[in-house]
Amino acid sequence: MKYLEEFRDPILARRLLDEITGTVTRPWVMMEVCGGQTHSIIRNGIDRLLPPEVELVHGPGCPVCVTPLDTIDRALSIASRPEVIFCSFGDMLRVPGSAKDLFRVKSEGGDVRIVYSPLDAVDLARKNPNREVVFFAIGFETTAPANAMAVFLAKQQGIANFSMIVSHVLVPPAIEAICSSPTTRVQAFLAAGHVCSVMGYSEYLPLAARFHIPIVVTGFEPLDVLEGIRKAVLQLESGRGEVENAYPRAVTREGNLEAQKLLKEVFVVSDRNWRGIGTIPNSGWELAEDYRDFDASYRFDVTQIKTIESSVCRSGEVLQGLIKPNECLAFGKECTPRNPLGATMVSSEGACAAYYNYGRFLDSETAKG
Amino acid sequence: MCLGIPGRVTEIYEVGGTRMGKCDFDGVIKEVCLAYVPETTVGEYCIVHVGFAISRLDEESATETLSLMRGMGILNEELNLEDPNTSSASENRDQGA
Repeated sequence: MKYLEEFRDPILARRLLDEITGTVTRPWVMMEVCGGQTHSIIRNGIDRLLPPEVELVHGPGCPVCVTPLDTIDRALSIASRPEVIFCSFGDMLRVPGSAKDLFRVKSEGGDVRIVYSPLDAVDLARKNPNREVVFFAIGFETTAPANAMAVFLAKQQGIANFSMIVSHVLVPPAIEAICSSPTTRVQAFLAAGHVCSVMGYSEYLPLAARFHIPIVVTGFEPLDVLEGIRKAVLQLESGRGEVENAYPRAVTREGNLEAQKLLKEVFVVSDRNWRGIGTIPNSGWELAEDYRDFDASYRFDVTQIKTIESSVCRSGEVLQGLIKPNECLAFGKECTPRNPLGATMVSSEGACAAYYNYGRFLDSETAKG
Repeated sequence: MCLGIPGRVTEIYEVGGTRMGKCDFDGVIKEVCLAYVPETTVGEYCIVHVGFAISRLDEESATETLSLMRGMGILNEELNLEDPNTSSASENRDQGA
C-alpha cells in the first residue's frame, strides 16, 4: 500500500539501526507513549534489533486500557437496558468490568454493536427513533475529532435519542505526570504521531523545556519508529532536550486547526481517572455544557456502582512503564487475551496483549517450553 | 486505537452539509468524513482514522524522509568497499548456484 510499504523497507531499517548503533555510547531509556507504536515495536522485533544500550519502555497510550473501571461498569449497566442500542469500537467488548464485559452483556441479550466510525452510531440513532443509541466515546486526541463530529451532528440534526459515554484522555498531562514521578526511568519520549496530527506539537515545547527531555513526534511504521529513536538518541547523546518532528508527512506544528475548532466547541478539559494509574489533573475531555443533553452519564441514572479490580493484575505498573508485561506473575497463566484480568491484555494496543501475541515470555519460560 | 492509514481521496461530496468522500485503501473503497481536511482535493492522500481524515499526507515530505534515509550510511559504504555483508551474500549466492 502506498506510503505504508515504503516505510517498512528492511534495507533502510538496517541503515537506521546502524546509525543508532554508531551514535549511542551509553544506556538510555525511552518511552513510546502510544500503544500502536508498542505493537509495531514488538511485532517487528525492533526492541531486539536495537543496540543493548537503548531500552524501550511502553507507555500508557492505550485508551481502552486506561478507561476507568467505574466508567466501564456504567457502560455495562446502560448496555443492559432493553431500550438501548449500545455502540462501541470492537476493542472495548472484552475489557473486564467488575463482574463482566460487554460480550457477556451481549450474550445475555443486550443489544451491543461494534461500529467502525462514530457516525455509524449517529446513523443507527436516526434509523431507530424509538431506541436509545449510546456510543462509548473513548480515545486520545486522535479519536476525539470523530467523536466530536458525531455529537455535533446529532445536536445539529436534532437526533435526541443519541448520547455518548465520554472517556477521553490527553497525552501531554500524562507525559507531565510520568516526568514528575520520582520512580520514573524515562529519559526521552516518542510522542504519538496521530495525536499530533490533530493537536500539533507546540503543547510539548514547555514540557521538553521544563524537564529538559527529548520529545520526538514519531509515526507507526518500522522506519518511522526507528527514525524517532534515532533522533531521540542523537538528542540524548548531545545533551539536548527538545521537541522534534520525525513524522513530518502527517504532522505539522499547529496540527489540524479545523478539528481543534470543533474540539473546543464540544469538549471541556477535566480531571480524569486513568485505570491502573489514578487521577491526573486536566488530563481528559468531557462534553461542554451545551452538549450535556447528549451525555449518557446524565441521561441514564446509574447508581450503585461498586468497582472490584483484580487483585493480581499489575496493568497499572505496565502502563506507567515500571514493569514489562512478562514480569507480572499472572501473565500468560491466569491472564491471557481470551481470559484477561486487565485491559492491557485485551486491546490490540495493550502492551500485555502485544507481548502475549508475539511470544514474549520471560527467557526462563521460553526455556521450559 | 490511534492507528491511521493512508488513503487516496477518489471522490468528494456533501451529505447534509458535511464534507464527505470516498477513499481508496489499496483497492478497498470506504466512505470517509473529509470535514477536517477542507483543502484536500481528489487524488491526494490523507491519514484516515475511524472513518475520518485527520490530516493531509504531505507526499513531498514523505519522499524527502525516504531519500534522507536512503542517504544514510552511503558514505560509510563507499569508504568501506569490503562490506562483509555484501561479500558473504555473494558467496552464498555462488554456493547456491
